Amino acid sequence: MTDSAIDPATCSQPRFSGSQLLIKLLERQGITHVSGVPGGANLPIYDALTDSSIKHVLARHEQGAGFIAQGMARVSGKAQVCLASSGPGVSNLITAVADARLDSVPLISITGQVSQDMIGTDAFQEIDTFGLMLPITKHNWMLRSAEELLEVIPLAFEIALSGRPGPVSIDIPKDVQNQLIEVECLPEPGRRQANPVFDRQQVESMLERIWSARRPLLMIGGGIVYAGAAESLVQFAECLDLPAVQTFMGLGILPDGHPLSLGMLGMHGAPYTNLVLEECDLVIGLGVRFDDRATGKVAEFCPQAEIIHVDIDHSEIDKIMRPAISIRADVGEVLQAAIGILEPVSRPIWRRRVEQLKANHPLMLDGEDELFRPYGAIKAVASILDDSVSITTDVGQHQMWVAQAYPFRRAGQWVSSGGLGTMGFGLPAAIGMALAQPERKVVCFSGDGSFLMNIQELATSAEHDLDIKIVILNNRHLGLVRQQQSLFYARNLSAVEFQQNVDYALTARAMGMKGIDLGVSDNPLAELESALMEHGPCVIDLPISETEMVFPMVAPGGANREMIHGESA
Amino acid sequence: MSTISLLKLTVNNHPGVLAHVCGLFARRAYNLEGVMVRPIAGGASKRSRMWLLVNEEERLQQLIRQTEKLIDVISVEQHDLEGSIFEQTEGFFV
Repeated sequence: MTDSAIDPATCSQPRFSGSQLLIKLLERQGITHVSGVPGGANLPIYDALTDSSIKHVLARHEQGAGFIAQGMARVSGKAQVCLASSGPGVSNLITAVADARLDSVPLISITGQVSQDMIGTDAFQEIDTFGLMLPITKHNWMLRSAEELLEVIPLAFEIALSGRPGPVSIDIPKDVQNQLIEVECLPEPGRRQANPVFDRQQVESMLERIWSARRPLLMIGGGIVYAGAAESLVQFAECLDLPAVQTFMGLGILPDGHPLSLGMLGMHGAPYTNLVLEECDLVIGLGVRFDDRATGKVAEFCPQAEIIHVDIDHSEIDKIMRPAISIRADVGEVLQAAIGILEPVSRPIWRRRVEQLKANHPLMLDGEDELFRPYGAIKAVASILDDSVSITTDVGQHQMWVAQAYPFRRAGQWVSSGGLGTMGFGLPAAIGMALAQPERKVVCFSGDGSFLMNIQELATSAEHDLDIKIVILNNRHLGLVRQQQSLFYARNLSAVEFQQNVDYALTARAMGMKGIDLGVSDNPLAELESALMEHGPCVIDLPISETEMVFPMVAPGGANREMIHGESA
Repeated sequence: MSTISLLKLTVNNHPGVLAHVCGLFARRAYNLEGVMVRPIAGGASKRSRMWLLVNEEERLQQLIRQTEKLIDVISVEQHDLEGSIFEQTEGFFV
């Protein structure tokens, strides 16, 4: 076995190594960037990559590589590729793949494996990648010959993109990467398959149910964003005069301030939002999966309402709720079918009641005028920037504050780790978003706890001079854990304080980019503005108090009506 | 009343398919009481027949939909318990 690449041009028949064939097939899929980390078991792939038009983004950790590819996929809607070597390369990548699974992101993980004659011998950096990837992907393969690439690579893209999108994993032993094969013709690139067919009659039944309801409510989620159906949704909601709650993944579908928008529901939803759920008599769930963070205690979710559920994933229907009507379909196609036969309705009584709840139980954004308070910091950033900017976050209190308070005005403006809730998501995701949409500025709100989890990718963003602004709401604590200990564990604060503080501005500079600490600035607002407006990566450290909390809060397992409205503690 | 059901699966015959099916049952905590699997006779063994004995009542439809989503699963049918492979082989499981 040799590691050296073979030049196909020297062969009479087109002759490829497995690695060359892999890269060729990725080019034909339209891949322009891959992120990854090379190592012993994927050396041949990296050798073949230098002859390609595909640009490689060298991450500083495989998890960073996975989230960079996710960031590209989440804003482009295209399947994106990350590369890792065997053993620790794979195990480091796992979190990003699992995250893609729960948020339905088309991510293609391509990993090196030890040669087939070594498999099962506990060889150096050998790990059971097939077994590890199996429960967290839509499908996964371990290849046994280079010929299989011709079938598996297009199929991998097809599966990742079709129906409900999701990650796939392809594990390629080193001898397969080096195997020479003659290829007569290359396969067609894999594409998203046609959506499942649905009965138009079901759409009519759905509309009849909506027409006859008195207090109907839309519940809209990430499925609408992925289907590119936000405009249809707005038209549908306006024509039928339907107020809408948005899930965490659905933020931005209805622009902030739209008269029908009731913001985010659930654990950290606005009081009026969760109270509307109590009174509605019909919930139309579109591209949602009734996640526990949205529904609260399921038995007490929308107690007066019948459910209509539209989702492309058959196994989501009847999983949590028992809908009266369900349609397994692409939500965009259902909305289009519905728009064709809509009769406009207005519901003055219900709308007035919703407005009354809104006025009497508003979302209180405590401290929204103060820069060094969470909502104030978020509002200040939003007021400086326009709607072209993309927003991402890490995971924790800052994520919920942003979800509550940032004025999202377009679908796809908002990218965050919803299902898995991965701290460390934000920075590498921001890198991927900036690579895929270089014309857009990316703001990553983070917390100091999350930021430390993939801080090494600062060097990656400096290397590519990306227009990324990381705003750290720095409370020197694991804030959301502290909050739960304060509320539910009698303030017994356990392992939530970082006793060794980090100078993030200095760290940023050490990594080759700008960093500022607004806590020591003479004119913090002006400094924030200039840091946000100029092009290029920058870390903005913004100190806040550790006593800040996210309110309202529904206790985990509690009913949405039982919201805790508290004071900082 | 029995909550046992018999499922007849047609699956791709290649390495890992049993892991995909059993892995799904394990991670979603579905009760699996028995598995029988062999390549389908003829047809160059490209497909296998898998019989699953499952103990799920309320979640049976959900279980079937999740199983149908597996790429290597071609079809899932509910089947009569009477005269099944599990009945015929009871003597091997004493």
